[in-house]
Amino acid sequence: MQPELLTWLIPLPPILAFGLIVLWAYRSNRLSHTLAVGAMVISWGMAMAVFALALARPHLGENPIASSVAWLPTGETALRLGVLVDPLTAVTLFFVAWTCLAIFVYSIGYHNFGKPRDPNDRPGLPPHAGGIEPMYARFFAFISLFAFGMLTLVVSDNLLLLFIGWEIMGLCSYLLIGFWYGKESARKAMVKAFMTTRVGDVFMLLGLAALYTSTGTLNYREILFNEEVLTTLAEASSGVLGLSMAGLISLLIFLGVVGKSAQFPLHVWLPDAMEGPTPVSAMIHAATMVSAGVYLSVRFFPLLTAGWHEGSPLTLPMTIVAGIGGFTALFAATIAVAQNDIKRVLAYSTISQLGYMVAAVGIGAYVAAAFHLITHAFFKALLFLGSGSVIHGMEHGVHATHGHIDAQDMLNMGGLRKSMPITFVTFVIGGLALSGFPIVTAGFWSKDEILAEAFGTGQLIIFGLLAVAALLTAFYTMRQITLTFLGAPRTPAASHAHESVPTMTLPLIVLAIFAVSVGWVGIPEGFLGLHLPIPNWLHEFVGGTLLEHPQALPFQWIPLLTSVAVAGLGLLVGWWVYRRIPAGGADPLVGWLGPIHTLLRRKYFVDEFYEKVFVRPAYWLADQVSYRWIDRGLIDGFLHGVARTALRIGSFLRRWIDLPVVNGFGDLVGETTKRAGRVFRQVQTGQVQGYLVVGLLFTGLLLSYFLLVRP
Amino acid sequence: MIPLSWYLALSAAVFCLGVYGVLGRRNAVAILMGIELMLNAVNINLVAFWRYLTPTFIAGQAFAIIIFAVAASEAAVGLALIISIYRNRSTVAAEDIDLMKW
Repeated sequence: MQPELLTWLIPLPPILAFGLIVLWAYRSNRLSHTLAVGAMVISWGMAMAVFALALARPHLGENPIASSVAWLPTGETALRLGVLVDPLTAVTLFFVAWTCLAIFVYSIGYHNFGKPRDPNDRPGLPPHAGGIEPMYARFFAFISLFAFGMLTLVVSDNLLLLFIGWEIMGLCSYLLIGFWYGKESARKAMVKAFMTTRVGDVFMLLGLAALYTSTGTLNYREILFNEEVLTTLAEASSGVLGLSMAGLISLLIFLGVVGKSAQFPLHVWLPDAMEGPTPVSAMIHAATMVSAGVYLSVRFFPLLTAGWHEGSPLTLPMTIVAGIGGFTALFAATIAVAQNDIKRVLAYSTISQLGYMVAAVGIGAYVAAAFHLITHAFFKALLFLGSGSVIHGMEHGVHATHGHIDAQDMLNMGGLRKSMPITFVTFVIGGLALSGFPIVTAGFWSKDEILAEAFGTGQLIIFGLLAVAALLTAFYTMRQITLTFLGAPRTPAASHAHESVPTMTLPLIVLAIFAVSVGWVGIPEGFLGLHLPIPNWLHEFVGGTLLEHPQALPFQWIPLLTSVAVAGLGLLVGWWVYRRIPAGGADPLVGWLGPIHTLLRRKYFVDEFYEKVFVRPAYWLADQVSYRWIDRGLIDGFLHGVARTALRIGSFLRRWIDLPVVNGFGDLVGETTKRAGRVFRQVQTGQVQGYLVVGLLFTGLLLSYFLLVRP
Repeated sequence: MIPLSWYLALSAAVFCLGVYGVLGRRNAVAILMGIELMLNAVNINLVAFWRYLTPTFIAGQAFAIIIFAVAASEAAVGLALIISIYRNRSTVAAEDIDLMKW
């Protein structure tokens, strides 16, 4: 089959599965998940085939797999809809397909397929005691739609189709975060996620419009692979803050990324999104939606850096992007240190790692950003799925011991390495990859590359921010592993936890393999001064996406040593501090940091700040101005006025026209006829002789008339 | 020869008798008889006019015979009706038969 056709077909199976499940298959749980997973397997197969074809194609960057059709005629031209597989798409497709598939399979076990339905379970609430999820089929329908959105976004060759996929995912994330809509927190979280990302999306749409206005196209290659367009955009002034057109558009699009990839200041929705089922957390926070944001910023790297050359100082838009990324990386990492909920730690670590990627884009480290995107998708999906497995085991323990403790609080865990060995090993692999454990994990190579780029290009502030963030990352990751798996069980529930079913552990193992091996494709040339037999394949491959291939930096010792040191130190301290927390014991950080810990635990009070500054005034505005004044006063007043006038005119017409004239005439005719009838009926006596007399009389009269008067 | 006017006078007298019978008698059978008288008065007229004015045409006689036929059938139908009414209402008095009253 032609690679173009194959690419077109990649997003198709999940949407078909969605339609089939929603319309027919939802009655049967088995059929629903077979459809969803089957469709994902077909998509995965096609994605792998396209990936292989892309690898085999020489000079993929200049000669990508592309095909498009005219979609919407707009005046003289037409908006074209198409697919494009260039090196960046190929690697994104690779990790998206793998992680989506792993998550689909994991969901079967996570939602307790095969267990009987617990009669106490209600739709909209998580199962209490390990019964099958009441809305099992619905879940698979939603994640199928989600996968469709992501795959569409990845294979799209233009911003418009990307935006469609982007918004489909926004909808699905709303639906899935609020999957257990019986919980009030879930309802709030779904609205929060939707509204927060919407803020970014509005700016992104503005950027899209600006881009279309100034270039007349939304196709990637016509804009990003076109020296002439880029130069024109870089030189045209936008009239806003002295930015060039390219800078303005890329900043607007970047705001969309800020919303979607949960960068400061729009990061608040992501931790709350943990209200959804864990596969959803993995789906949204690792494999798909947040990756989509970074994918977009990597994709629009040429526009962001238009007019900039390697080695020259950063332009204003790049500085903003790098600053937000670096700040978010450190900011989120500090919050993660003080969280006790196992999933929340991961949520903040995701924000932090996304900050890394954004910072990498900002300092011009194109390949490093893409590399970290790929490795992060694998190890973060692994960590989320692992945490889901832990929570599952803990929930079983809580149920078995009839306890009432929070199954997600790490202080309630401990010692799970014995009862959940597969989860333990894979979680540790994922955790080490996240911390950047040297040499063996994928996270090390990608993180090291970002640090090396930051150092090599002289961005020492960013380098410092990221290095401290890396230290904290290693610390809170080890804290998480130690509290969860090491030591002795701190609650009876933890000692009753058990390993999850194979449909959950198998995806963990597959992802763990990738969390280690995927780093090998990007080992820098001349690492440790050695000339390795494997060249830096990823750099050559992904770098080909750009018009001007980025140069690989020469190897330097300082960033490598820094990265090894922070990872090692963080891991060691994390283990040492938390190695023996007794049952019911408090986090030692609380005592050491005092009020700062409270500040961190409450997430710098950003939520409270937004509540006061945006949410409350918005409610006040809605209630006082929009509702009372505009709606009740103005619109209702006007409508009531119209109604009252109409009523008056109606009464007038009724009183003076309808009643006297129309009714009067009708009544008059009726009454007159009635009266006449009453009078004339007297002659109908029924006496036949009477009639004859009258007849005779009139005959006589008539005869008299004709005989006597007329002649 | 007896002049035509005598016949006409006789006819008028018989007709008036018939009219009186129809209007003045209570018995329905008598009313029918009155009608027969009136028809026959007409017949006298027809035959008299024929004999005196147009004796060569047969039309007058034919007309008279047709009226006989009509009178006979009228009497048959009328009597049948009266018998039917009598069976139903046990009366043949004309003023009691006032079903068509308002």
